Amino acid sequence: MGEAPTIAAISTSLGAGAIGIVRLSGAAAISICDKVFRGKLPLAEAGSHTIHLGTIFDTTSGEIVDEVLVSVMRAPATYTREDIVEVNCHGNAVAQQKVLSLFLDHGAQLATPGEFTRRAFLNGRIDLAQAESVARIVSAKTEAGLKMAVSQLEGVLSREIASIRSSILRVLATFEAGIDFSDEDVDEIDASDAGKQLRQLRDRIDELIETALTGRVLSEGVLTAIVGKPNVGKSSLLNSLVMRERAIVTEIPGTTRDTIEEIISVGGIPLKLTDTAGLRPANDEVEKLGVERSRQAIREADLILCLFDGSQREDDHDRALMTSVPADRTIYVINKCDLFRGRPPVFNQGLLPSRPVVISAMTRQGLRILKEKVADKVLGRSFPSPQSPVVTQERHRRLLADASEAIGRAEQGLRVRLGEELIAEELRLALNSLGEITGETFMEDLLDVIFQEFCIGK
Amino acid sequence: MPGFDVIVVGGGHAGCEAALAAARMGCSTLLLTLSLEKIALMPCNPAIGGVGKGQLTREIDALGGEQGRNTDRSFIQMKMLNTGKGPAVQALRAQADKKLYEDNMKRALVREPNLQILEGTVAALNVSRETIEGLTLTDGSFIPARSVVLACGTFMRGKIVVGDQIFPAGRMGEPPAIELSASLTHEGLELSRFQSATPPRIDARSINPDRMKVEPGDLDPELFSISSKPDNRRQIPCYLTNTTARTHEVVRNHLHLSPIKTGSVSSKGPRYCPSIDRKVINFPDRDRHPIFVEPEGRDTTEMYLQGLTTSLPVWVQEKVIRTVPGLENSRLMRPGYAVEYDYVIPDQLTLSLETKALKRLFLAGQINGTSGYEEAAAQGLVAGINAALGVQGHEPMILRRDEAYIGVLIDDLVTKGVDEPYRMFTSRAEYRLLLRHDNAHSRLAETGNRLGLVSDATLAEVFSHRQRIHALLATLKNTRLQPSERLNGALKSRGSATIREDQAAWQLLKRPELHLEDLKPFIAILSNQADGTIKNAEIELKYSGYIARQQEEIDRCASLEDTPIPPDFSFFDLEGITIEAREKLSRIRPSSLGQASRIAGVSPADISVLSIFLRAFR
Repeated sequence: MGEAPTIAAISTSLGAGAIGIVRLSGAAAISICDKVFRGKLPLAEAGSHTIHLGTIFDTTSGEIVDEVLVSVMRAPATYTREDIVEVNCHGNAVAQQKVLSLFLDHGAQLATPGEFTRRAFLNGRIDLAQAESVARIVSAKTEAGLKMAVSQLEGVLSREIASIRSSILRVLATFEAGIDFSDEDVDEIDASDAGKQLRQLRDRIDELIETALTGRVLSEGVLTAIVGKPNVGKSSLLNSLVMRERAIVTEIPGTTRDTIEEIISVGGIPLKLTDTAGLRPANDEVEKLGVERSRQAIREADLILCLFDGSQREDDHDRALMTSVPADRTIYVINKCDLFRGRPPVFNQGLLPSRPVVISAMTRQGLRILKEKVADKVLGRSFPSPQSPVVTQERHRRLLADASEAIGRAEQGLRVRLGEELIAEELRLALNSLGEITGETFMEDLLDVIFQEFCIGK
Repeated sequence: MPGFDVIVVGGGHAGCEAALAAARMGCSTLLLTLSLEKIALMPCNPAIGGVGKGQLTREIDALGGEQGRNTDRSFIQMKMLNTGKGPAVQALRAQADKKLYEDNMKRALVREPNLQILEGTVAALNVSRETIEGLTLTDGSFIPARSVVLACGTFMRGKIVVGDQIFPAGRMGEPPAIELSASLTHEGLELSRFQSATPPRIDARSINPDRMKVEPGDLDPELFSISSKPDNRRQIPCYLTNTTARTHEVVRNHLHLSPIKTGSVSSKGPRYCPSIDRKVINFPDRDRHPIFVEPEGRDTTEMYLQGLTTSLPVWVQEKVIRTVPGLENSRLMRPGYAVEYDYVIPDQLTLSLETKALKRLFLAGQINGTSGYEEAAAQGLVAGINAALGVQGHEPMILRRDEAYIGVLIDDLVTKGVDEPYRMFTSRAEYRLLLRHDNAHSRLAETGNRLGLVSDATLAEVFSHRQRIHALLATLKNTRLQPSERLNGALKSRGSATIREDQAAWQLLKRPELHLEDLKPFIAILSNQADGTIKNAEIELKYSGYIARQQEEIDRCASLEDTPIPPDFSFFDLEGITIEAREKLSRIRPSSLGQASRIAGVSPADISVLSIFLRAFR
C-alpha cells in the first residue's frame, strides 16, 4: 500500500473573528511546514505536542504572511494517527488562505471535506459513532452546533445509550435466565415490574429521539420557509434579513465546508432558508406553482414565517394559508406596515391563531421584534445544554426509533402474555439497534449479567 | 499395524460419534481408547439433553449421528422442558441408564464393518510437512493414518482433587494421558487448563422419598430420534429437594478445606455449574438451593445429586449431604471430585474443527474447552465427517449460525475462544426462533443424506412431513371463518375476543391465546391431520412474523458471511486497523468477513476497513 499523501486544509469552523487554523496531516506535514516557517528552531527538531512561535513567509517574495503559533504533534498520538502540524493564524481569512496555498505549493494536497476524520477512522483512531460525530463538526455551521458535536464526541450520547443498553440487558437477562435455566431456582418474572422498567427505558429512548430535531437544528440550521401569496414581500423580507445579518459563510475555496449561502444567522440562531419562493427571483414561477409549492415547504420546515400584506383585506389565498400552516411551528408576520399606521386597517388579524409580528421589510421596521420572536420560537423547544446527549445523526435517530418500537412491542407482548422467547426477541432487537450506534455486541455481556444476577448451577 | 483412513482417539461421546460417522462414510476407521470398558461413559450427570443441549442432540440425529438414537434406547426418564414457554425454547431431556447407554453405544460401534476398536494410549503425533501421518502409542508402535480426530476429554494431564487429596487421573479411577500434551505443544498448539467437578453419588436405598418432591417423566414421551418408535416403557422418577440453612452453615464451616480456598484447583471452572462451596460464597443471602436426586440406572442404586457439586474432603461431603431433607440418613457411594485438565485453545481450529497448524488433525469435545455430552457429540460428529471428507478429497461440511446450534457452537469456539468450559444455551443462538428442536430434521436431514449418514427413506419422511405442514399452512391462509355462536363461544372459552365479521383463520390464530386445536371443529381440513403436523404448523404460524424478520436479518448479514477472506490474506499489512484487531485477525484467520466481525476486539470500523482491502485484494 502506497503512503497516503500529506493533506492540508483550513480547519476552523467559524467565520472571521475566530482564530484560523490551517492544518497539515501526513508523513510530510512537518517538513512541508518547515519550508515556510521561521522560528527559533526548525520544526523537524521539535518534540511532539509542542507549540512554537514564529512567522510564515512567502518563499517566492520573501514577505512575511502572518505571525503564527505552530503546534507539532507527532504520530501516532494524534487525531489522524499521522504527523499533524497546526498553524494558528491571526484571524485574517486572507492570511489563512495564503498559508494554505503555500502548503499546497510545497507538496501538500488539499483535503477533501471530512478527510481528516476519514483518516482518523481508517487509522483506527475513532469508532463509527465518533466518526459520525466528527463529520458533524466538519459540517457544523454554528458555534452552538460545534459545542454540541464536541460534547457528543466526548461520548455523552454514547454514555447515555450504554446506560440504556445495560438496563435493557438486565431485563433481558431475567427472561433468558428463565428460559435457559428453567429448572433452576430462578425467580418468576414479574410482568408488571418488567413492563414498568421497559416503559421507563422507552421513555428514555424517546427523549433522545426528541433531541434529534434540536441536534439537527444546531448542526444544520433551522429549516425555515417563508410562505405567503405572491407579492406579499417574501423576497424583500429575505433580503432585509440577509443584508443586515452576516451570512455565516466562508467562501474560501478549499476549506472543508460546503457552500452554505442559504444560511443566515438571526439572533445567533442559524436559519437555513430553504428552496422556497423568495430564494428564487422568478416571481412568475412562484405564481405558477402557487399554493402546492408552499405546502411542501411547510411540511418540511422547522420554522415557518407566514407572511401577509397588512395593507389589504385578507383574501381566499390568505385564509387557505392560515389553516394550512401548523401553528406551533409558525410565526405570523404582517408586512408593509409602512403603508399604514398602527393596526392594519382592513386586514382581519383576529383570524390568526396567535399574535402576529407587524413589520415592514422595506423600511426594516419591526425586524428586531421578529428576530426576537424567531429566537423565542426556536429556543422555546427547551434547548439542552451541551452536557446532555443530543442526537445529531439521522442514522442514530432511526436506530433509536427502531429500539423504541421493539421495546414497545415487548411491552405489548407482556400485556397479552406472549411467549417469553418472543419478548426476549424484541429486546434483542432493541439491543442490536442501540449496539449499532455504539458498535457493541451483547452476547457475552448477556451471559455475564445472567451469572451475576442469578444463582445458576447444578 | 496397518494404516487407517481415520483414527479417532478417545471413546467418549465425541469419539464415538466421530468414529461412527467416518466409518459410515466409508473410511477405514480405528477407535483408540484407553479402556474398552469405558466407552460412552457418563462420568457426570446421567442425562442427555436439556434446554439448548436437547436441540443439539436432535441436530445430531438429523445429521445421522448416534446420540439421539442411543438415548432413546437407554432412557429411564424422558421429559419435555420449558413446556410453559414457547416452542423455540422447549427441549427434551432424558435420564439415561448409564450402563445401558454404554452397552448400546458399544453395540452400535461393533456393528460397523469399517470400524476397529483398540485399547491403547497415544504418546505422540507423527507429523510430516505440517500434515498428520499417524500416531505413536506408548508401547512404541506406530499406526499410520491419513486423518486423526483427537477426542480425549479431560484426560490430558488430568488431575483429580478431593479435599486435600490430589492425584493424577483422567476420570476417577483412570490414569491420565500425560505424553500427548507435550506432543501437541511440540507441534505448536497452545494449551490451557480448565477445571470441572462432579457431585457425590448416594445409595438409593438410603434416601427418604417422602421428604422430597417426586419428579416424574412425561406420559407418552417425545423422543430424540426420528427413527425411534413411540415407547411407553416404565420410567423412574427423580426427586427434588433443596439445601437448608444448616447445609450452608456446614459448608461455610469447612470452606477452609475447599480446594477453592486451599488453592489446589486454580484453573477456571464453569460459571453455570458452581460447586456448593462457590454458591455459598457467592449467594450468601440464599437460604436454599434446589437439588435434584437422579437415578443412574435400573440395575444400580447410585443416585446423582444435581446441585451439590463439591470437592470438599469426603467426610465433609457426608456431613453436607445429611443436612438435606430426604437425605438425612443417606450413604455415600462415591464422593464428588474436581478434575483439572489440559485443553487446546479452540481458536486454533478452523470451522471444520481441523487445526490450523496441522493438516488433517481434528479436535472434538472437551479437548476444545467445552463441557457436556451433547456439545462433545456434536463436535465429534462434525470432526468425524470432516476427517472423512478430507480423506475423500471433498470440501468440509461447515454449518452456519443460522442453520444449526452446531454451527453456533463451533463458530463460537473457533471465533471467540473460551474463558470457561463452554456449554450451549439457547441465548447464544441469535436465530433461536429458527433453530428449534422440532424442525432440526427439516433443517439438516438433507445434509445428512448427502453425506451418506441419513437414509433416503428417512429423508423422504422428513420431506413429506414438511410438505404436509406447508399444505396445511397454505390452506389456513385461504380459510375464512364466519362468525357463529359456536365459534364465538369457543373464542370466549379461551378468553379471546369474539368476531362479528368473517375473518381469516390465519389472523385469528395469530392471537397468542388461540391454538389450532381450538379451531378443529370449525376448519374441516384439521380433522384428518396428524397431531405432529398440526403442532408444527402452529409453531410456524405463530412464529411467522418473527421468522420473517430473522430471515431478513440473515439476508442482511449474508453479504458479510458470503465475503470470503483468502487463507493467505495477511492481516498484518492492514494499516487502517488497530494493532489489537490485527493481532486477533492474524491469530484466528477468519474465513469470511462475517466470522471476522464476531471476533472480540474487532470493531465495525475495522470490518469496514477490512472490506475495503478485501475488495482491493481481489
